[in-house]
Amino acid sequence: MNAGMPLDRLRNGCCALVTELAAEGPARRRLLDLGLVPGTKVEVIRRSPLGDPIAFNIRGAVIAFRKEEAGQVLVVQVS
Amino acid sequence: MNPEAALGNLLEEAKSIAGGQQTGIRDGIVKSIYDTSERITRDVVSYTSDDRVDLDRKIDNILTSRIWGFPIMFGILAVVFWVTITGANYPSAFLATQLFWLQDRLTELFLALNAPDWLHGFLVLGVYRALAWVVSVMLPPMAIFFPLFTLLEDAGYLPRVAFNLDRFFKKAGAHGKQALTMSMGFGCNAAGVIACRIIESPRERLIATLTNNFVPCNGRFPTIIALAGLFVAGSVTATLGGVLATLGVAGLVVFGIAVTLLVSWLLSRTLLKGEPSSFTLELPPYRIPQVGQVLVRSVLDRTIFVLGRAVVIAAPAGGLVWVMANTAVGDTTVLAAAAGGLDSFARLMGLDGFILLAFILGLPANEIVLPILIMSYLSGGAMVEMESMADLHHLLVVQHGWTWLTGLCTVIFALCHWPCGTTLFTIQREQKNWRWTLLAAVIPAGIGIIICMTITTLTRALHLV
Amino acid sequence: MGLTRQSTGRSAVREIFNVDDAGNELVIALAGNPNTGKSTVFNALTGLRQHTGNWPGKTVLRAEGSFMHGGRRYNLIDLPGTYSLHAASSEEEVARDFLCFANPDATVVVADGTCLERNLNLALQVMEITGKVILCVNLIDEARRKKMHINIRKLSSTLGVPVISTAARSGEGLPELMDAISDVALGRVTPKPVLVRYPEQVEAAIARLEPRVREITGGHINSRWVALRLIDGDAKLVQAIRQYYNGRESKITQAGMEVLA
Repeated sequence: MNAGMPLDRLRNGCCALVTELAAEGPARRRLLDLGLVPGTKVEVIRRSPLGDPIAFNIRGAVIAFRKEEAGQVLVVQVS
Repeated sequence: MNPEAALGNLLEEAKSIAGGQQTGIRDGIVKSIYDTSERITRDVVSYTSDDRVDLDRKIDNILTSRIWGFPIMFGILAVVFWVTITGANYPSAFLATQLFWLQDRLTELFLALNAPDWLHGFLVLGVYRALAWVVSVMLPPMAIFFPLFTLLEDAGYLPRVAFNLDRFFKKAGAHGKQALTMSMGFGCNAAGVIACRIIESPRERLIATLTNNFVPCNGRFPTIIALAGLFVAGSVTATLGGVLATLGVAGLVVFGIAVTLLVSWLLSRTLLKGEPSSFTLELPPYRIPQVGQVLVRSVLDRTIFVLGRAVVIAAPAGGLVWVMANTAVGDTTVLAAAAGGLDSFARLMGLDGFILLAFILGLPANEIVLPILIMSYLSGGAMVEMESMADLHHLLVVQHGWTWLTGLCTVIFALCHWPCGTTLFTIQREQKNWRWTLLAAVIPAGIGIIICMTITTLTRALHLV
Repeated sequence: MGLTRQSTGRSAVREIFNVDDAGNELVIALAGNPNTGKSTVFNALTGLRQHTGNWPGKTVLRAEGSFMHGGRRYNLIDLPGTYSLHAASSEEEVARDFLCFANPDATVVVADGTCLERNLNLALQVMEITGKVILCVNLIDEARRKKMHINIRKLSSTLGVPVISTAARSGEGLPELMDAISDVALGRVTPKPVLVRYPEQVEAAIARLEPRVREITGGHINSRWVALRLIDGDAKLVQAIRQYYNGRESKITQAGMEVLA
């Protein structure tokens, strides 16, 4: 399967499916606990006025990550 | 075999079963739980209408938009201050009139009872007057600001502030949630320090704790507002004056936030170097705050709290000031001597000895600084009775030579000086390390002194005052 | 004094957690994700009968309170809001340790009705530790506003635990919640929580380890859950169990001395 692109490269309004997590250890655990399990649908809602962080819709909740962390979530875009 | 060893063995065995696929197994476990949640949710949740208005998203599109996000943030801040400033005027004037009428009655009573002068002085001119000042000048703004702030918090706006400001904090090497703890500091710095627990990493928690004092707490607002009102509103109409005062206060707060970021940046490059930790911010749905309930409970809460503190801290402080002002040492009073000793240093900062002394004596609670200052000035000779804010202008400017520089430096020092006693105590309890607590006092004070000195030197050098 | 219920068992452990427990009062834990209105539920149930402090040894805020229902007093402990119980943070550790060792008479998991999927993650984990769970689907008014409908009955039968929908801010559902809490705490209702099925490999490993865990812990802690945690490589839990046993043993020894004295 396609390894996917980093989540922070997606434009506002796009939806994507999580393919892989590039983080290890506690960081990985944190992402998983928030629901970013491979196969999960993520929607990019918007960026902060200053460009960072980015707000996502994950399983019904709005959660914001900084670019660096979002970049550790690899996704494949869906329409 | 005891349980510990047995368990240890089991752990080892489990590891060997896992056979080095720990990550995959961990992922698999979480995935199973989420798959189950997903399945169950799909089964039980349905939508009654296809036309789902996502109000939260619409609101956020405006409140955190590229163009409007920041202006609106500033605007909300300004509105809160404006409501506080103008709203507090009437209760303040009313309370001042009543309480100082009462003071006169008390004086009559003491005269009638042939009470000794010193008793009247201590109880009425000292203790009672401090109480009266705190209740009339400090209480109304506090009882208005805090509930307004609580409403914002209840509505869910604060995470949006963190969302907007995070990039600054990232650049400063601080944790994004510091925007939240900083916001809490507006209500009360001690509460802001406790709020720093939401930051897991000790290093970033410390940065947030040490810089929390740069946002003016509820107790400092009235001082800033009173002084801003004085100097800005001086010669203009009431409404314009109110607006200008609001802008002045808002500007000062923005300045405080800038200092917070700067000091955080410095700390993260020097004393508190380290890796930024991960940060996820949840933006919860907006809730319509239960306005009625919040207002009533918060106003009541605040009032009782401030009154309580007035009795426990302000009243004794007032007594102390009176004693200092009426105890001779050499050919002057203790108060004048203390102020005199501080005077040369204070002048370098654009202040005078009495102002600096008031800040020092105001360590227990920030709201007593202005009352102490007023009382110190009043007892220093010229017996002008002060019964309203209009008289304040006379007292400060005419009687004690305040210039705009004095006002500015006082306001800046009010923003940047040591945390109040409660906050310092809280920091010690949270960090359990007197070094950090000491630093928490030294850093804001040091910065305040430096800024005031710089402004003063420049201003005088340029002959602007 | 002797080996009374007070000196051994739950009371002893609760003392370690500094729980206000006279030994025969019911202790109810309140768990949930952050931002679910958990504190609103807590405040609504306890009113003014609450106080805040710290969890022993940690700088994690703790709120404790109580409410009366059916003539009985229920002590309510507000656990820190967490997304999960894998002990990645002090809050998660505190919550997990309490659920695991202090054996509350019932645990209420407060979930955000508008975001059920994410919230069920924690609920299912709690259900793996203790069976005495009530799911409180809060913010039901918000869910309605978002035109969501949650089939509470179906949710309850699927999960195997009582589910109560509430809008704590307005007080909706709170009497039913208190009823459900007392039913579970007093044993009138015995929830049978659904088990999460893990991948083949994991389930096989659990089957192997579970009996051995049970031998060691003596059934005081949910052995399937401990087995799962061991497979997950959770060394912290092993440490915590160690502390628990030390704590219990020293309490028992203390009481024993008193008998002999």
